[in-house]
Amino acid sequence: MATNFTIEGLKATIEGKEILKGINLEMKGGEIHAIMGPNGTGKSTLASALMGHPKYEVTDGSVILNGEDVLEMGVDERARAGLFLAMQYPSEITGVTNSDFLRSAINARREEGNEISLIRFIRQMEAKMKELDMNPEFAHRYLNEGFSGGEKKRNEILQMMMIEPSIVILDEIDSGLDIDALKIVASGVNAMRSDDRGFLIITHYQRLLNYVKPDFVHVMMQGRIVKSGGPELAERLEAEGYDWVKEELGIEDETVGQEA
Amino acid sequence: MTTQTILPVNAEGLSALSKNSSEPAWLTENRLKALELAATLELPKLEKTRIERWDIQNYGSFKSVSPISSLAEAPESIRELIKDQEAGNLIIQRNSGTVYTKLSPELAALGVIFTDLATAVKEHEDLVKAHLHTAVKADESSVAALHAALWNGGVFLYVPKNVEVSVPLQAVLLTDDEEATFAPHILVIADTNSSVTYVDNYVSGTSDKPVTHNGAVEVFAKSGAKVRFATIHQLGTNVTDISYRRAVIENDASMEWIVGEMNSGDTASDTYSILKGNGSTSDSKVIAVGSGSQKLNYTTRANHFGKSSESQMITRAVMREEAQAIINGITKIEKGATKSDGQQTEKVLMLSPKARGDANPILLIDEDDVKAGHAASVGQVNPEQIYYLMSRGISREVAESLIIYGFLAPVVSQIPLEGLRTQLQSVIEGKLGQ
Repeated sequence: MATNFTIEGLKATIEGKEILKGINLEMKGGEIHAIMGPNGTGKSTLASALMGHPKYEVTDGSVILNGEDVLEMGVDERARAGLFLAMQYPSEITGVTNSDFLRSAINARREEGNEISLIRFIRQMEAKMKELDMNPEFAHRYLNEGFSGGEKKRNEILQMMMIEPSIVILDEIDSGLDIDALKIVASGVNAMRSDDRGFLIITHYQRLLNYVKPDFVHVMMQGRIVKSGGPELAERLEAEGYDWVKEELGIEDETVGQEA
Repeated sequence: MTTQTILPVNAEGLSALSKNSSEPAWLTENRLKALELAATLELPKLEKTRIERWDIQNYGSFKSVSPISSLAEAPESIRELIKDQEAGNLIIQRNSGTVYTKLSPELAALGVIFTDLATAVKEHEDLVKAHLHTAVKADESSVAALHAALWNGGVFLYVPKNVEVSVPLQAVLLTDDEEATFAPHILVIADTNSSVTYVDNYVSGTSDKPVTHNGAVEVFAKSGAKVRFATIHQLGTNVTDISYRRAVIENDASMEWIVGEMNSGDTASDTYSILKGNGSTSDSKVIAVGSGSQKLNYTTRANHFGKSSESQMITRAVMREEAQAIINGITKIEKGATKSDGQQTEKVLMLSPKARGDANPILLIDEDDVKAGHAASVGQVNPEQIYYLMSRGISREVAESLIIYGFLAPVVSQIPLEGLRTQLQSVIEGKLGQ
């Protein structure tokens, strides 16, 4: 089935403060969309609201994935419906090994009695870890515990590769990565590109987009998408910054709420 | 407030019982003295716990039991625990007495003694007499006194000098008759440079009539001996469990406690290492799960007398529903115990708004040249962690159980016996209602 992900008029608040003020976006399988913008404009809130983070309350709008109402679903149902969010700050969970966690995630998508066999799972995990140049011992480490920033990001990409979602949201996956790690993460993303998978890449910087070519670039300010274009838009933002966009649109303060 | 201890037996009855069992005169006398003490002593003082309100008077009376000749005759309730143990070293106590005892000829040939304590007082009188009630003393409280007066069945384990026992010795202690006194006493003596692992399980039958378990464990690790003592209590809601466990650790000896507090009824336990010798070490791991409306009081203690002695105590407790736990860790370093090191950690994870956990780390240090440390935390399941796991498609229930097992895992994974680890996992699952 062709993947179709539509966000319409999405508004969301945190602690009563409106951060998203009506987001519209349509994505299809095979497309890569980038959302760029300065700090504090609501980019990460969009990612969290789509995934269903309990701190954010959606007050208006709709999110439809392949005809299904995402906003009616719990966080786990959204994930099983095909949504994946690579988080900016993944939780650390003591006592739960990376491999136990991933196996639970995969089995959550399978019928009871049809769980993935241990040996097959291990083979898959080891192969993907190799692609991401991860030390095999990370399979047995506690989930994200004591991982460096870059290791956490790779681990997010590993999960994406294992889970094979249909809509992937990458929230600042490039922050805190050195150039080598960035290339590895980018090649992981590129390896996952397919006609039935869409990507929404949230980033401050152009540099990830040098390695993962977006089809569409959106600029977010004041909790809205204020400008959209092709890859050339990202290049201009990289070269000239955001001031020209603000000038063009008559925006003085691009931030929204108190989000950092 | 003084609480009158209601004695479950009078002196005449107790004396007759002791004589009936052909116990040596010193033991009869001990029991009678303890009974007198029980009438005068107070209940033990438990931190923030009103034990006087607990249901702790259900001692029943001594009832003799018939031995079984093979494990096939063992009650259904303990089958799982003794599976494949036909050739193993095993003691089974049912209610007031021992029903099964087995020690391999190989260990017997090495001089290892593994029998019920009631038999040992007759066959190994000197060894028993020199140690019984010298660690957990009858005059400590009315509960300890009653135990000394009433104990029955029990386990006696002696490992001679330089003998290293590589297979674990097991005991199963079952209460399934509420009219019968259930007060086993476990006495372990590891002689100089010996080593041994002992594992036991406390279980109850299907009855819902109230039972009080008043138990005591005494371990003597002589110079250079290594004792690993693992105990899993999985008594039912009808059983109130009061357990005193104590080890006296001599020069360069080491003691390891592994305690699974998996009861469903009210429980007070005290696991205490006396680091008497220089270079002695003690390591305590306590894992607890509370549920229902359980009232729980768990104490671990280490008391350092020997120089360069080391203790480590870890308690991890999960409290669900309306369970309430008081968790105490007491590290005491005496004057003169130089270069000692005492560390403790207590962590409580609460799964419901009505569950309560209270961790009280206490350091009492009378010597300057020592190291000591403590850490304690009480918290709820972190909603960010649940969100993260769920964002990968894992249901809330599975996410919570992953976090709970994760919380206990750092301790469970260090349990050196695989069989015990697996068993503990399944008891934990049961307690968590999965």
